[in-house]
Amino acid sequence: MEVLALLDCLSAPACLLSQAVGGLKIGMLLFLVASGLTLIFGVLGIINFAHGILYMLGAYFAWQAMELTGHFGLSVLIGAIGVGIFGLAFERGLIKRVYESNLLIQILLCYAVILIVDDLVMIIWGDEFLSSIGVPEIFQVPPLFIFDAVIPPFHLAIIFTSLLIAILLWMLMTRSRFGSLVRAAAINPKMLEALGINTNFIRYSVFVLGSFLAGLGGALAASERSIVSQMGNSILIESFIVTVIGGMGSIGGAFLASLIIGMARSFGAVAMPLFTDGLMFLIMVLVLILRPRGIMGEKK
Amino acid sequence: MNVSIKDSFKKDAIYSVVSWIALLSLYFIFNDHGIQDIITKVAILGLFAMSLNILIGYLGLIAFGHATFFAAGAYTLGLFLQSDFIIEYNIGSWSIPIALSLSVLLPGILATIVGVICIRLREIYFSFLTLAFQMIFYSLILALVGITGGDQGLMGGFPKPPFLGIDLGIHFHFYAFTTFIVILAVFLMRQIIESPFGYGLRMIRDNHERPAALGFNIRSHQLLAFIIAGSLAGLAGSLQALLDVGAYPEWAFWSKSAEPLFMILLGGMQTFLGPLLGALIFELLNDFVSANTRYYGLILGLVILIFVLGFKKGLLDWIVIRGRKN
Repeated sequence: MEVLALLDCLSAPACLLSQAVGGLKIGMLLFLVASGLTLIFGVLGIINFAHGILYMLGAYFAWQAMELTGHFGLSVLIGAIGVGIFGLAFERGLIKRVYESNLLIQILLCYAVILIVDDLVMIIWGDEFLSSIGVPEIFQVPPLFIFDAVIPPFHLAIIFTSLLIAILLWMLMTRSRFGSLVRAAAINPKMLEALGINTNFIRYSVFVLGSFLAGLGGALAASERSIVSQMGNSILIESFIVTVIGGMGSIGGAFLASLIIGMARSFGAVAMPLFTDGLMFLIMVLVLILRPRGIMGEKK
Repeated sequence: MNVSIKDSFKKDAIYSVVSWIALLSLYFIFNDHGIQDIITKVAILGLFAMSLNILIGYLGLIAFGHATFFAAGAYTLGLFLQSDFIIEYNIGSWSIPIALSLSVLLPGILATIVGVICIRLREIYFSFLTLAFQMIFYSLILALVGITGGDQGLMGGFPKPPFLGIDLGIHFHFYAFTTFIVILAVFLMRQIIESPFGYGLRMIRDNHERPAALGFNIRSHQLLAFIIAGSLAGLAGSLQALLDVGAYPEWAFWSKSAEPLFMILLGGMQTFLGPLLGALIFELLNDFVSANTRYYGLILGLVILIFVLGFKKGLLDWIVIRGRKN
């Protein structure tokens, strides 16, 4: 471990700022994916181990849309909506059948879907890396220099977009009728049904919302990274960590945990480049031992 | 009670010897390295899956980090056989038996540490914690390049000096030795599962309150089962390392933990030998699919879906239940 490198970075404004912005960007993209995972767990009570493929599909859909339309914003939107539709089919076709099953069956169902979708993607788009869909033209400008830190304006745009979505999501969950229904469904679905509410509708709309968010995360990430079918694996693992640290089912917790993990990744890369992943799991183990319900999880 | 345990001990011993002899005859019936190697691999994977089924089938704990101990066993064996220790202390012909013993012991110790922490949590939190420990272990293997070879795996091979007239360099010796060790381990596992301790595990699985009310120490039962399962997974990993003459970080990745889960699902978790049958189906499927198509995941995924949504239980469980009905 290179403690000195970390101290050097923390004491130099340039390094500190650029790593912080980098961490923020990683964290906010992670939040888009993890918030869906935690929402689905909170309401449906199942862990979507196939959440990573939603992120991956978002990137592929956006790439395809970019090939056809050449418009960045439109492509990202198409990517996210496409994944939302895929999520609807996935929930209605498969997930619905294992709500009552044990954890092992749920894990294996998702594992099967991961294997199948990975191969389908390979059949459709080939097994080579696809190049990133690129940054929209207005952001193709020289980076900003703030305290000598190099900050691409596009990263700021991603951070603000994700932040905006986080706020919208928070308002949807706390200020709207839909949000109170979702929260009610998480606590007592039977009572809700007795009141004449269609809980099936709530279930799949939450799944679609979660898929849409994961797809959006993938589509935005595709702007700068190359696209490959395995890209969902690492984000899946990180989303789990975020979900567990934040408290399963808590969106606020997922937000906080995403920032922690984003920063741990960004500064961890300076301090111990080979053990960044290990560092995240170490945080997860500590949280699980000290506070199994996560930072903001409620005791049931 | 005592008499029946003694009887079943004898019966199991006879079954074990007979199945070993049967496997040895299979070696000569199928005079083909490809088929013989499949049997060796199934034995190793079967042991791995059966060790996990102690936790899943008999204790009801969904451990999602079992490959930790598999990899720990593999790296223990590889690192010990590569070490200077052997030359320094002139262990020579004893190095394989010592390496195998260490590959049971060290994963057992690791399982003790991990187990003490994990079994405090229930259900999904238990699964997550085992997964997290596994990924820390995986990251450590990647990070400690100097010792483990990092993402390249343990390279350079290691010697397999003959002992007690057994030379693992000879194909038949390797086959006979591996199947013997696996059958011995399965025999021991059977005695554990059929002992009062084993029935205690089933009781904990089916009802958490009753054993506690009977003054049963649930945690010590869970911990002991976790240690036994981890040690046996370590043994399976060390045999795999002997077979491949190396150890690879992928063996500690989470997908390696999904494999035995899949075998358990295929073969059945309520029947003692179910996971072994699952390993056989898995290996045949693996071999057949990867030989005939590039789309390995597609086929494998569809098979899993059929089992998950169709049978809802493993093949051997299904057969046993059908048999009882008739």
